[in-house]
Amino acid sequence: MSQVEQNVHPGMNLGYSGDTKHAEVNVFGFWLFLMSDLVTFGIVFAVFGTMTGATAGGPGPEEVTNLHSIALQTALLLGSSFGFSWASLSMKYHDERWRTLGWLAIAATSALGFLVIEFIDFLHWIEIGAVPQRSGYLSALWALVGLHGLHVTAGLLWMGTITAQILRFGLTDKVKSRVTRMGLYWHFLDVVWVGIFSMVFLAGVA
Amino acid sequence: MNIFGRLHWDDLKLWEVFHDFSIDSLVASGAAWGAVFAFVALIGWITYLGRWGWLYREWLTTVDHKKIGIMYMIMGFVMFARGIAEGVAMRSHQATALDGGVLSAYHYAELFSTHGTIMIFFVAMPFINGFINYLVPLQIGSRDMAFPMLNQISLALTATGAALCMISLVVGAFETGGWTAYPPFTSAAFDPGPGPDYWVWAIAISGFGSTFSGINYSVTIYKMRAPGMKFMFMPVFTWTALCTGILMTFALPPLTVAAIMQALDRYLDFHFFTNDLGGNMMNYANLFWMFGHPEVYILILPAYGIFSELVSTFGAKRIYGYTSLVIATMSIAVLSFMVWLHHFFTMGNSATVNVAFGIATGLIAIPTGVKVYVWMTTLWRGRIRFTVPIVYMAGFLILFTIGGFSGIILANPSINWQVHNTQFVVAHFHNVLLPGLLFGTLAGVHIWFPKAFGFRLDERAGKITAMLWIVGFCLTFLPLYVVGLMGYPRRSAAFDDPAFVPYMIVCVIGAFILLTAFAGLFATLYISIRNRDRLAVPLGDPWDGRTLEWATPSPPPPWNFPVIPEVVSRDAFAKEKSEGRPYVLPPEYRDIHLPPPTAAGLVIFLATTAFGFAMTWYMWWLAILSVVVVIGWLVMRSFREHEEVVIPAVEVRRVNNAWIEAIQLGKGVNRDHETSSANRGYAASDYLKEGA
Ligand code: HEM
Ligand SMILES: [Cu+2]
Repeated sequence: MSQVEQNVHPGMNLGYSGDTKHAEVNVFGFWLFLMSDLVTFGIVFAVFGTMTGATAGGPGPEEVTNLHSIALQTALLLGSSFGFSWASLSMKYHDERWRTLGWLAIAATSALGFLVIEFIDFLHWIEIGAVPQRSGYLSALWALVGLHGLHVTAGLLWMGTITAQILRFGLTDKVKSRVTRMGLYWHFLDVVWVGIFSMVFLAGVA
Repeated sequence: MNIFGRLHWDDLKLWEVFHDFSIDSLVASGAAWGAVFAFVALIGWITYLGRWGWLYREWLTTVDHKKIGIMYMIMGFVMFARGIAEGVAMRSHQATALDGGVLSAYHYAELFSTHGTIMIFFVAMPFINGFINYLVPLQIGSRDMAFPMLNQISLALTATGAALCMISLVVGAFETGGWTAYPPFTSAAFDPGPGPDYWVWAIAISGFGSTFSGINYSVTIYKMRAPGMKFMFMPVFTWTALCTGILMTFALPPLTVAAIMQALDRYLDFHFFTNDLGGNMMNYANLFWMFGHPEVYILILPAYGIFSELVSTFGAKRIYGYTSLVIATMSIAVLSFMVWLHHFFTMGNSATVNVAFGIATGLIAIPTGVKVYVWMTTLWRGRIRFTVPIVYMAGFLILFTIGGFSGIILANPSINWQVHNTQFVVAHFHNVLLPGLLFGTLAGVHIWFPKAFGFRLDERAGKITAMLWIVGFCLTFLPLYVVGLMGYPRRSAAFDDPAFVPYMIVCVIGAFILLTAFAGLFATLYISIRNRDRLAVPLGDPWDGRTLEWATPSPPPPWNFPVIPEVVSRDAFAKEKSEGRPYVLPPEYRDIHLPPPTAAGLVIFLATTAFGFAMTWYMWWLAILSVVVVIGWLVMRSFREHEEVVIPAVEVRRVNNAWIEAIQLGKGVNRDHETSSANRGYAASDYLKEGA
């Protein structure tokens, strides 16, 4: 192999070459995207932080926090991440598409459950008048929880696309690389949820 | 429901002058007619030339970083024409603004809002994106960006923002709160009209594009460098591009979030920044400037990079203090995130907080000073040729230093309290933007134009133009320091102190000189195109360049390098030349795989422009449709098989051998004849003795 195909850069490179090298570039780029997205979430968190007192006499943290529902949502979302990990592992060690698809289906169902319960919570908030138009606090709450929910929804759409691609192409290198990136995204959303769960809901009623 | 939402015939500014004639409406309608005519003329001209197919195949669907870079530059210059026209209109107004003025206060407010927005987002940003796109892959010995299609999409999203600004000139109105668009001034309660909505969508959509660009640049520089190119071997411009890429990745999200929160306030009656129900405008100020301050370094760092390449190329010396330059660049990038509050010292922070941010701001002067010394010491005892880039450099060194000093003055909270929101601030930021960003861009155009198009720009026309820029800048903006200290407020349509009048007259004369300078750019281009045979430098290295982009023909082939070079030192090409072995034939050629053209950018451009327009005018059906198109198209596309354009090895060999043969037949031209027609782009290296 000529010098050109080896990686002689210091630092980040893992020493792959050829097609795998491009997979590495893709994954690295995706990490950067996630870091940028983390800044986005961080900012919405910060805005929320400054607005926790701005209830303007409307519903506050006590009214909007339903710990049972939050616990269930957390379990479902973490469960979904867990399912996704198994999908990644089975892709890596078994390279067998139905097994991977099975785990993906579990991850997707669990995330769908999360969204349904979140949606029911939203309905309840509307019922008690905790709408975003009511106060700065509620605007920030809806924006933060909604942004996360939107990410989960987009993730489900992505998972659906990947599922169709696995059915159509099988576990090709390209599809595998996509599953890898989707995995990063999915676990990232868990981390953000842990932030929301502890800083918005637990801290709100503590 | 009306399919046109809240859009009515009366929103077309074209009619305004007929309803109600005045100089004010004449300017507004005239600009709208001008834009429409220019657009129709462009379409007609392309049709007349029968160039639509060519335009589509060669440009609109290309993913070649070089062409994308050129398109960014063209977009920047088109928007620059509008931005300058607005600047001149504002200056003309202010010359008559003692107790009145020719324009209405509303129109003046619209002018400084579009002017600022356009200059920053759709002139300055495209300029630096253009340079980074064009140069970085060439400088690091790569075939393209890490994500070529994403690169095209970023361009498309920026173009969407520019298009929305242009549409607002003809349909409806723009906001009146300046380029910062502070709510609650731009809130629905205060301004329900379309203006703030145009701003929100132009900024949010192009903001996504810039974030993607930042990611793309960073990954490209981290991962796509030619083998052997260590970080400390990278050209200085690439270093500044890396810092800019990182800044774009992290500084754009606050802006996008702020814009979208403003949209939520306006459309869905949220209370982020409203006056009532717990809204907090200071959150907006913080978010905006958390983006806004790093933004000025996003713009200036690449210009610093250009000046760094410039001094070593046109001083014929290795850059002095490379390491300190790199450290200074990195320090500025980091510090730029820690000073945003200096934009609102007067908005109710405690004295302690103000002092902390004042000191942090002052600290930036240290690395900036390091840079200025590095440039000067590089030029010191260099073999300087007084070409156009050096004229810009001279103007830059002196004027930018003045601008920097006025920044230090503003960094002091107690002084800032005195001059805040006066013309002093306007003087300061034009003083850094014109000599810094703009002169850097124009110098860069003179340096790399021959690389991109194969012929040099005319020196004489270029020098006259450069002098016009320098003189015009001094006349237009230096008086503003004085009137600022005398208390003339910024963004004010009229004034009542006759003492300002003489200054305003000097300013307007300067503004017309700047207009001439802008025309001078096109004159230079025209003269150079006419003489392009005499100015041709197809062999690729007209200035005795030091970095890899000069080691290719001009213009470079789509694949940049026949084989990826191996790098063993800084200034890779200069090293090869000093060892007497540049232009060697590679031992073997291989097929080259390039990404195929795609219509992705075009689809995204059309859909997001439709989206922005639909949201502005409440055409909900169209907004939904365009979102569905974007998502659906992306999902469908991901099912396409991986395609590539393969350039066969024989073709690469043919092109490369022909070029090397031409060089071997040619005669190296030394620096004394650099600007003569003997310069065909084959430089006889005559670098001064370099201590290793
Ligand atoms: C070339 C001739 C130019 C002229 C005659 C000009 C003139 C002006 C004037 C009259 C204002 C409004 C001042 C006020 O009333 O507050 C202004 C604001 C501004 N200009 Fe320029 N300008 C020029 C070039 C530029 C360039 C090249 C840039 C940036 C790359 C730029 C960026 C801005 C910005 C950001 C503002 C602030 C807008 C605001 O007040 O919100 N200008 N300019
Ligand atoms: Cu700043």
